[in-house]
Amino acid sequence: MNENLKNTILNPIFKGNPISVLVLGICSSLAVTVQLKGACVMALSVIAVTGLSSFVVSLLRNTIPNRVRIIVQLVVVALMVILVDQFLKAYAYSIDKQLSVYIGLIITNCIVMGRIEAFALGNKPGVSLLDGLANGAGYGMILVIVAFFRELLGSGTLFGFRVLPESYIPNNLVILPPMALILLGCIVWIQRSIQKDLQEK
Amino acid sequence: MDYISLFVKSIFVDNMIFAYFLGMCSYLAVSKNVKTANGLGIAVIGVLLITLPVNYLLNKFVLQPGALAWLGEGFENVDLSFLSFIIFIAVIAAIVQIVEMVVEKFLPALYSSLGIFLPLIAVNCAILGGSLFMQQKDFASCGEAAVYALGSGIGWYLAIVALAAIREKMSYSHVPAGLKGLGITFIVVGMMGIAFMAFMGIKL
Repeated sequence: MNENLKNTILNPIFKGNPISVLVLGICSSLAVTVQLKGACVMALSVIAVTGLSSFVVSLLRNTIPNRVRIIVQLVVVALMVILVDQFLKAYAYSIDKQLSVYIGLIITNCIVMGRIEAFALGNKPGVSLLDGLANGAGYGMILVIVAFFRELLGSGTLFGFRVLPESYIPNNLVILPPMALILLGCIVWIQRSIQKDLQEK
Repeated sequence: MDYISLFVKSIFVDNMIFAYFLGMCSYLAVSKNVKTANGLGIAVIGVLLITLPVNYLLNKFVLQPGALAWLGEGFENVDLSFLSFIIFIAVIAAIVQIVEMVVEKFLPALYSSLGIFLPLIAVNCAILGGSLFMQQKDFASCGEAAVYALGSGIGWYLAIVALAAIREKMSYSHVPAGLKGLGITFIVVGMMGIAFMAFMGIKL
């Protein structure tokens, strides 16, 4: 059991990372990685939403009729996203404005639905909560790595503080959206060079 | 805003994939060959074209601050905009379900070729994203919302067919082992995005 629990937590972060291995949830993520601060807030929001909605769906799993489960799941997820959005509007208004529609798009983030379908529907609430949190964390980790390089190279700052010397000329290409994808491609490359069993034929 | 410039702008300048990364999951998963990419692209155009005007009307007459004024006095100050996520996604899920049933009943050939993609579209970010951008852009009429829907749908379609064609060709080239499959696809999409940025300077 202990071994299982460890796997539940560690697997989504490294070996079965939702972004770099399963290719889920790229949609709502890459546009928010221009700055580290926005990426961190986004990562925390996704962790909260995946954890809570997996937990709630797992509580309801024996009462949801199979045919309408997608709509029920969407409603649960949308409810959690509304809570997160209202919370951000109240306590971090400027960041909420900067993330604009991408907070709302957590609803259709495939990680949330994917974990509910694959895990929460067949497991107890406690474990589902952990699984959701761990998958959110795996997603958040990639987001923060991409944002780190984009903010460092793109504006020479981290969290808004200047890190590189003034003589560094910011690379404007890195701030543009397509560079996020190219960085992500490099992360996948590095990961697959280390874990050779993930390589595709 | 002029319909034609809105249309061109939503296809090229505000392309759903290359400017906003919306609908990436199915974009990467279903772009292995041109035929299936074609089917999914058409399904996305269709669903966007139905859901966006519906959500526009809901937003205009139910959700916006003060939108319920038509119910009579005492409703002018009601602001239901915090409910928009849940309403939009419920409308999208319901419409996808209805479209699926209609297509199954009347166009069985199309249904068997789209089959698996239709239910997938309910969780395609491009659809919900379209509705959320529509809310943010505050269009003046239902027609503008429909033109925007058509334009972004076609933009998405172009992007997925182009990527599928490139990936079909790419299966003959020598890619480093670790970069095969997912990695190179990310980089190719990035390159296509850079090419599409040429449109960003266009003022319409």
